[in-house]
Amino acid sequence: MKKILVSPFSRRSFLKTTGALVATTAMPFGMRSALAAGKLTVGFVYVGAKDDYGYNQAHAEGAAAVKAMEGVTVIEEENVAESVDVINTMESMINFDGAALLFPTSFGYYDPYVKETAPKYADVRFQHCGGLWKEGDPSNAGSYFGYIGMGQYLNGVVAGHMTKSKKIGFVAAKPIPQVLNNINSFLLGARSVDPEITCQVIFTGNWSLPVKEAEATNALADQGADVITCHVDGPKVVVETAAARGCYVCGYHVDQSTLAPEKYLTGAEWNWPSVYTDFVKKALAGEPIDNFVRGGLTEGFIKMSPLGPSVTEAAAKQFEAVKAEIMKGGFAAIKGPLKDNKGNVVATAGQAFPETDIALESMDYLVEGVIGSTN
Amino acid sequence: MTDASALGMWGVPLAILGGAIRVSTPFLFVSLGECLTERSGRINLGLEGTLVIGAMTGYAMSYHSGSPFIGVASAALAGLVFGLIHGWLCSFRHVNDIAVGISMMIVGLGLAFYFGKPYIQPTAPRLPSISFGWWSDIPQVQAALQVNVLFIAGAVLAFLMAWMFRNTRIGLTVRVVGDSTDAARTLGIRPTRVRVLATAVGGAFAGVGGSYLSLYYPGSWSEGIASGQGLMAVALVIFARWNPINCFWAALLFGGAGAIGPALQSVGITQGYYLFYAAPYVLTLGILVATSSTERAMTGAPGEMSITK
Repeated sequence: MKKILVSPFSRRSFLKTTGALVATTAMPFGMRSALAAGKLTVGFVYVGAKDDYGYNQAHAEGAAAVKAMEGVTVIEEENVAESVDVINTMESMINFDGAALLFPTSFGYYDPYVKETAPKYADVRFQHCGGLWKEGDPSNAGSYFGYIGMGQYLNGVVAGHMTKSKKIGFVAAKPIPQVLNNINSFLLGARSVDPEITCQVIFTGNWSLPVKEAEATNALADQGADVITCHVDGPKVVVETAAARGCYVCGYHVDQSTLAPEKYLTGAEWNWPSVYTDFVKKALAGEPIDNFVRGGLTEGFIKMSPLGPSVTEAAAKQFEAVKAEIMKGGFAAIKGPLKDNKGNVVATAGQAFPETDIALESMDYLVEGVIGSTN
Repeated sequence: MTDASALGMWGVPLAILGGAIRVSTPFLFVSLGECLTERSGRINLGLEGTLVIGAMTGYAMSYHSGSPFIGVASAALAGLVFGLIHGWLCSFRHVNDIAVGISMMIVGLGLAFYFGKPYIQPTAPRLPSISFGWWSDIPQVQAALQVNVLFIAGAVLAFLMAWMFRNTRIGLTVRVVGDSTDAARTLGIRPTRVRVLATAVGGAFAGVGGSYLSLYYPGSWSEGIASGQGLMAVALVIFARWNPINCFWAALLFGGAGAIGPALQSVGITQGYYLFYAAPYVLTLGILVATSSTERAMTGAPGEMSITK
């Protein structure tokens, strides 16, 4: 709603002049020449409000860390839709604020919007969160993400210990690979404790629909799910509704323990401050940034919320053990023999997909034990 | 205690009932407000904005004062001011109420987002609910029958308004103004004043509806809190043929239909949930078609309203 409207006329005329500049000052890694002076303007684009107790807040915390760095100016824009709006926002950040490094942080921004815009601004770096940069995509674009599925696996381990009904619940926004990976990991974590456990998933259809999220949480509680987690942009409603229904909650995106101090078990959190300051340090030093960056618990891309007061000793013990295992690297939640919930084989005996496997990023199935459908 | 998962398919009708009670209140208040405004001959399309302003004001004031009821009262006041502005602007000659409504909606959303920034994070005291599920030992039934005080207030208000339209001088005045400006003038009524007041009170109702969203269900302030309830409520009024009691049933129907999507998924009927989510809208279309008439204009429509004139 807070869009800066750029009139096409002025943008076009501005493009002509910058276009000429680009030709003479383009740098190899797609970073503007202003860098030489040790100054950098960084733009962050969020799909929702930056204090949503969730996805956008996690990124905004990263932006705040960047803001504290020497020689860096940070500009931010909230509530930018995954539509042509994001192109307008990015172009205005480039043309009017002189941004040389952009972080469009929502999944849907990448294809086609970032991919279309990047070639027009060869001297600007587009670092997109969640996308899958491939060979052939613009070289001044890049994608980064964290193996947050591992965090959901750890959530599942604690949930597996805490559930009495052997049924856990997941409120999900859309059936995209990252969400499916989280759902599957949550269940597989719980099943590592007790293979009888099932996970009920309810899709709300979009990233931020508070009333539907509350209805979905209530429906899960009605069906006997007693540990609930979610993958929506702002988990506040899910956390509060689930706790009010007497269910345990595992958090997502950021620490939500203050919203349900008694019922909060743990949570899978992003750790963007460490990631973003790294990127910006590289940019300031004129070093190249890889086009494809991933990291997990070990690399400090994600972290877990401190265990809540209700977590039993057995649960805490296994949580710490599995966490140490994941920290060693190469941990696989998806490993054979494993079928999806339609009976198709996902992994044969002996086959494993470690957290780093790119195949996980095009996941299109829900594993056996998840009650739900991807369409 | 009964085994929770044994509820199975019974969860669906129960969820529809629970959803009807939980989700319908904002629809109810906005549609009652709109009903009053339209009965006086004006349309206020800005109620979506008023709803969001009400949600924000209610949450903010509940947070600052520590009392959710002060929150509700403030939300009503904010709605009243928005209604007054709409009513006042529309009193000028050649000002179109639909255009004003759309602008007021956008202004309302913008103001609410702007002033609401600091209130996304804090947790404010919520409205209490009354448990009508004491007779059952099934926790799901008890949960579904947690009825909020505003829902009860809204239901009472619907019947009170119907009675008012039929049996009181105020009701007659509003109806006359809505049906014929000339007739109202003949009776010595000042139509503009009545319309401004009806729009203001209608706005206050919508504000209360908004405070329900942020103070009870889903129970927190965020920028995505209203997903078109304010706009749908305007359609509900037409659907309810400008009758407050029908508004109540229509709101219940809408609330219940909205619960179908999550409820069906929760019992394992998971294919095509996007379609289930469209259920309330399909239902509206269906009923509008079923109750339409080829012979008469819209039954019950106030004669002075710009869309029916």
